[in-house]
Amino acid sequence: MSKKNQSIPAVELIDEQTTFTLVELCRACAVEAEFIEAMIEQGILEPTGRRGRHWCFPSSSLRRTRVTLHLQQDLGVNLAGAALALDLLERIEELNARVRAMGGHRK
Amino acid sequence: MEYKDYYEIMGVKRDATQDEIKRAYRKLARKYHPDVSKESDAEARFKEVGEAYEVLKDPEKRAAYDQLGAQWQAGQDFRPPPDWDAGFEFSGGGYTAGGADHSAFFEELFGRGFAQQGATGGRRSFHMRGEDHHAKVLVDIEDSFSGATRSISLRVPEVTEDGHVTTRDRTLNVSIPKGIRPGQQIRLAGQGGPGFGGAEAGDLFLEVEFRDHPLYRVDGADIYLDLPVAPWEATLGANIKVPTPSGPVDLKIPADSNQGRKLRLSGRGLSGKKSGDMYVVLQVSLPPADSDVARKLYEQMKDQLGFNPRAAMEVV
Repeated sequence: MSKKNQSIPAVELIDEQTTFTLVELCRACAVEAEFIEAMIEQGILEPTGRRGRHWCFPSSSLRRTRVTLHLQQDLGVNLAGAALALDLLERIEELNARVRAMGGHRK
Repeated sequence: MEYKDYYEIMGVKRDATQDEIKRAYRKLARKYHPDVSKESDAEARFKEVGEAYEVLKDPEKRAAYDQLGAQWQAGQDFRPPPDWDAGFEFSGGGYTAGGADHSAFFEELFGRGFAQQGATGGRRSFHMRGEDHHAKVLVDIEDSFSGATRSISLRVPEVTEDGHVTTRDRTLNVSIPKGIRPGQQIRLAGQGGPGFGGAEAGDLFLEVEFRDHPLYRVDGADIYLDLPVAPWEATLGANIKVPTPSGPVDLKIPADSNQGRKLRLSGRGLSGKKSGDMYVVLQVSLPPADSDVARKLYEQMKDQLGFNPRAAMEVV
């Protein structure tokens, strides 16, 4: 085990402009490339660029992949179901943001 | 150690069938799944339900648990009776594959989880990069403006030498980059799981969430503030000092403003490649008619303004 790092480690911001390669996404979510491809087939992930090494995944792919994994493992949802759940979750988030902006949190 | 009433947690009767228990579990798992639920204690409830189900779905464990008797109350101090599990055989080696996060009550009864050595140990080659870890970090709006260092504690699962899985608390100082927005992630290279055979450690990914703020709301890169104003400030116009996360600024309220009017402070939202704006939403606050002077003023307005706020409704 590496020695405990007391200093403040360097951080890298992952914003809307950040993209991942297939290898990075697989590593960050501990999944095989075949799983990513199956998610692309379901429209859960939408990379740009040519297939394989040239694929370019938007930063939101990280969260979408992880939520898909959780839904699959914890609730037995298949990929099509996860795709639907993700779309609905995103809509709920959008609506919540709109309600918040309108001041809906006030009593 | 506190006694846990697994039937109560699952919301089923003690004589529920295995099918009823399965149905109850599926429903609760959907309700409290941390990725789906917005309830603040969702993760804790989800784990609790998972633990209850792990016992009740398995006829052997359920029978052993039932044998403790129904006289226990949830939360009551609990010691298992000696030889409580005599005569029960829990099949399948480790009782709780990979379960590192069970309550002390569960572990006392069914033992600690054993690491899935076949799955992790066997397949690892001599050099293998550590796993990437994921967690969430809560920050304040102000942190995004000025940048900040946050100390976060993480519970890290660890495999001990004899193959058990335990969790270790680990505190890490994280510098929050300026301009961070809710939902964005930050990556800390090499702060994830340790590598094997001298390979590099994995990365730690932190998803940033904002704490609720008493004044401000955040929507993407924009910030909203409800600003109470007096009726005359809204109607006659005024220069008002308003708070912003980067310090107070002067705001000119145009004459004839009304309730709910949005005034934009350009570029005063969260910073970044494209800075957001700040929106000040006027909330007209009425002075109460609680004195003779106030009542007289309101009556004067009533008599002299001829104002009908419902003119468009065509009811007289």
